[in-house]
Amino acid sequence: MADLRIRLAGISSPNPFWLASAPPTNTGYQVQRAFEAGWGGAVWKTLGDPIINTSSRFAAVHFNGQRVAGFNNIELITDRPLEVNLEEIYETKKRFPGHALVVSLMVEPKREKWHEIVKKVEAVGVDGLELNFGCPHGMAERGMGSASGQQPDLVEMQTMWAKEAAKTPVIVKLTPNITDITATAKAAARGGADAISLINTINSLAGVDLDTWNTVPHVGGKGAHGGYCGPAVKPIALNMVAECARNPEVGIPISGIGGISNWRDATEFLLMGSTCVQVCTAAMHHGFSIVEDMIDGLTNYLDEKGLASVNELIGRSVGRYSDWGDLDLNYAVVARIDRDNCIVCNKCHIACEDTSHQCIERHTDDSGAAYLLVREEDCVGCNLCSIVCPVEGAISMIEVPSSDPPLSWNQRQAAITAINPDNGGDDSGEKEAV
Amino acid sequence: MGDSLSANGAGLSAEELRRNFAEVKPGMRPKEAIEESNRCLYCYDAPCIKACPTGINVPSFIKKISTGNMLGSARAIMDANPVGASCSRVCPTEELCEGACVLNHSSKPIRIGDLQRYATDWAIGSGKTLFQAGPGNGRSAAVVGGGPAGLSAARELARFGFSVTVFEAKEQAGGLNTYGIVSFRLPQSISLWEVEQIRKLGVDIRTGIKVGEDVTVQELLEQFDVIVLAIGMSKVPMLGIEGEQLDGVYDAIDFVEATKTELTEEMAGKRVAVIGAGNTAVDAATCSVRLGAANVKMVYRRSREEMTAYDFEFEFAKQDGVEFEWLSMPVRIIGDGEGKVTGLECVRMRLEPAEDGGRRRPVPVEGSGYTLEVDAVIKAIGQTRYLPLIEQLGIEHKRGIVTVDPVTFQTSNPRIYAAGDVVFGDGQGEAMVVSAAQQGKLAAYSIHQTLVERRERHG
Ligand SMILES: Cc1cc2nc3c(=O)[nH]c(=O)nc-3n(C[C@H](O)[C@H](O)[C@H](O)COP(=O)(O)OP(=O)(O)OC[C@H]3O[C@@H](n4cnc5c(N)ncnc54)[C@H](O)[C@@H]3O)c2cc1C
Ligand SMILES: Cc1cc2nc3c(=O)[nH]c(=O)nc-3n(C[C@H](O)[C@H](O)[C@H](O)COP(=O)(O)O)c2cc1C
Ligand code: SF4
Ligand code: SF4
Ligand code: SF4
Repeated sequence: MADLRIRLAGISSPNPFWLASAPPTNTGYQVQRAFEAGWGGAVWKTLGDPIINTSSRFAAVHFNGQRVAGFNNIELITDRPLEVNLEEIYETKKRFPGHALVVSLMVEPKREKWHEIVKKVEAVGVDGLELNFGCPHGMAERGMGSASGQQPDLVEMQTMWAKEAAKTPVIVKLTPNITDITATAKAAARGGADAISLINTINSLAGVDLDTWNTVPHVGGKGAHGGYCGPAVKPIALNMVAECARNPEVGIPISGIGGISNWRDATEFLLMGSTCVQVCTAAMHHGFSIVEDMIDGLTNYLDEKGLASVNELIGRSVGRYSDWGDLDLNYAVVARIDRDNCIVCNKCHIACEDTSHQCIERHTDDSGAAYLLVREEDCVGCNLCSIVCPVEGAISMIEVPSSDPPLSWNQRQAAITAINPDNGGDDSGEKEAV
Repeated sequence: MGDSLSANGAGLSAEELRRNFAEVKPGMRPKEAIEESNRCLYCYDAPCIKACPTGINVPSFIKKISTGNMLGSARAIMDANPVGASCSRVCPTEELCEGACVLNHSSKPIRIGDLQRYATDWAIGSGKTLFQAGPGNGRSAAVVGGGPAGLSAARELARFGFSVTVFEAKEQAGGLNTYGIVSFRLPQSISLWEVEQIRKLGVDIRTGIKVGEDVTVQELLEQFDVIVLAIGMSKVPMLGIEGEQLDGVYDAIDFVEATKTELTEEMAGKRVAVIGAGNTAVDAATCSVRLGAANVKMVYRRSREEMTAYDFEFEFAKQDGVEFEWLSMPVRIIGDGEGKVTGLECVRMRLEPAEDGGRRRPVPVEGSGYTLEVDAVIKAIGQTRYLPLIEQLGIEHKRGIVTVDPVTFQTSNPRIYAAGDVVFGDGQGEAMVVSAAQQGKLAAYSIHQTLVERRERHG
């Protein structure tokens, strides 16, 4: 059986599955229940003041009959006094010395405030600290949370202040509400952070009620933007993790967060460079017991792959994530339909006909049975048909061997520049949006 | 099935027979399984778990299907139920797990049995061994009978570190899963895979050995620390009517068993009467149809309401074209000069309210006698007990139903435990594969507790 133990910036954990700083980690009772259920670590719900309760606070986006595709909240940080939290943190660590117990902090951007809270929290015995520069609502209005997390210089300075006082590793939690995540990630690294965690929630409005015209959720008829998380945000989070993981100027370990619901999601984050993952929404949707399949599924997966430790997995896909300018322009795939699996719903045909390159033909064979055929010479390999196809194995995207050697945009521009130095090559280093 | 089952009187080809006895219900396809598993709510303290006699963690194994953790899913099932692959096919799920699913109230229940089959089929295909034996604890156990109850006890004892020997009279272990439940519902290979999983734990399964004849009770008591009696039930009892010895009269258990090993043309073109209306009777009737019988009637002295076969069994029989003679009691089997069955004489019955308010009593309608022209009669009116062996063991019983403590499954001899059909009856337990498996497990737990844990505690 594969070894699931990990170390994030010196913090050891029996497995890579942590609960994120959020309602599931609000009290000692909850965190202890979570450890009993199998969670390897927990980041305590953000400490700080003042204590404010918003009611109501949550909303969710359901998608085609599946509940909680995305989750939205307008709650703030902890709703309990610091002393109570500290006492419970102490008790929890005493009962579970082998688990990773990290405490999330948020204070005003003042040096002495950071020193004070860091010392108080470390005094009760914790494995690490997480600085919450991410909360997008409520705290930001007072210059905390994402307000400070959106400014690289503030991130750097506050990280430095926390580090001045801290004896345990400091993780900086980043807000995704920023154009280039590596800007704040690099700032955290410059400030001396031992690791970064990302993402916090994304600015969102869950919906509008068609009968009352109120926002969802609303507080006495008024709404404000909240923070979005859950399965819907996973691709956004995964990209941000990957961008940080492959950036040498960031260069510190990562704890991946955002839309992780099961061992498969978690494994993707590990492959993209997360040393551990944190989970909030999935636990809120199903309870702590979901970690059982996360552990079991990851263990079976590693065994199946012949890997002895989860550490052998971490970061294995990072090298495959690069810039658009480095992709091989001569690589080509085409769609191919397997009649044995096709149920002739014609969805691929209409998708290609109306919105792509009109190359899936409808035919009838000698026995009068309908079938579909891709005109491969016109197929641009966009994947759309295989995305809309509802059955497994009906459409495969097949690589077509290219007669030309691999050539990327950057190589092409460099070649042009070499031939004619006055022409082209100006934007060759830039990232391209696709 | 309907018209694909040829019943035109002509013999069936070997290929037709094979097709008729191949598993009727196809397994779920991947897309079906993914859709269905994602529909499960993953309830907390889920009622489906409690409704499964073996307590399979249903939401857990279903979630594992949805996350693609097939090995974990199969383990979760087989951990709770050592014959979980068979059970996925033969359990009356609408009365058990699926009947309890909360979605019955708002949508349609989750197809738990089909998902369970999907996961265990994956395990069978993978060739993996799911469990390991525990480190030896120096104790030995003899399990008499290798059916669901015996196998289940053997597996749990092996996991506790007992050295386990199973004695099985038949050529193969698996009990009625291997020999009793018709192939088109439960192929033999499924049951034999379960047997193999248990053998791989180091359990010594000695087949072809009948306890009481090939090895004595005394020898077992001398050689083993503890005995688990899991011999199930015996043959169908005598009807006690004239003509029972005629050529063409069958015992339903023997009859079905024969189809599990070889398919013959014996029933081809024949008119068959099956006496009884339990699950065994239905199995004998559908088997007859699939062997090419021209007409199959089930003869029952009560009505549809009192029929003990599960609803899905009844529906299945109707689909196979089985006919029903309700409120009819056989009084004589008629034979020709050569001793071959030619008819079944019956009388009509009516139901009278029982004096004590219990099940309505069938009473013959005077002068209503009539004869069904048949070529074969299959008796399926319950099963008798292995009285001689039970007497040899010297344990308490009521007409062959072994008396056990309902919690520990210990018999009147503290070194002998009993589980499965051998304790079924008189309000004790239920004759189902899944309950036999659970009882085997529970017997193993109390044996472990008594022989190992308690000793350890007392030093
Ligand atoms: C035709 C039929 C259909 C059924 N259909 C269903 C169904 O759809 N669903 C369901 O849940 N249940 C069904 N049942 C009931 C189910 O099969 C039994 O409840 C279950 O098999 C009981 O398990 P067991 O281990 O107690 O006994 P068995 O399965 O009977 O196993 C007992 C074993 O002990 C062996 N044995 C007996 N005497 C000796 C001896 N002296 N020495 C060594 N070995 C011995 C036997 O050969 C046999 O292998 C059906 C039963 C029948 C007969
Ligand atoms: C109700 C709610 C409250 C949250 N509170 C905090 C918080 O106090 N501190 C913090 O750092 N993140 C907080 N978060 C963000 C989560 O820790 C996490 O980063 C985010 O939900 C993404 O993970 P998920 O998709 O698994 O939910 C909160 C999230 C939710 C849903
Ligand atoms: S889950 Fe329901 S009952 Fe519990 S605090 Fe929230 S609104 Fe109240
Ligand atoms: S979408 Fe898939 S199933 Fe539907 S017609 Fe196209 S290939 Fe066939
Ligand atoms: S009761 Fe139904 S929905 Fe709930 S866990 Fe069980 S199978 Fe799933």
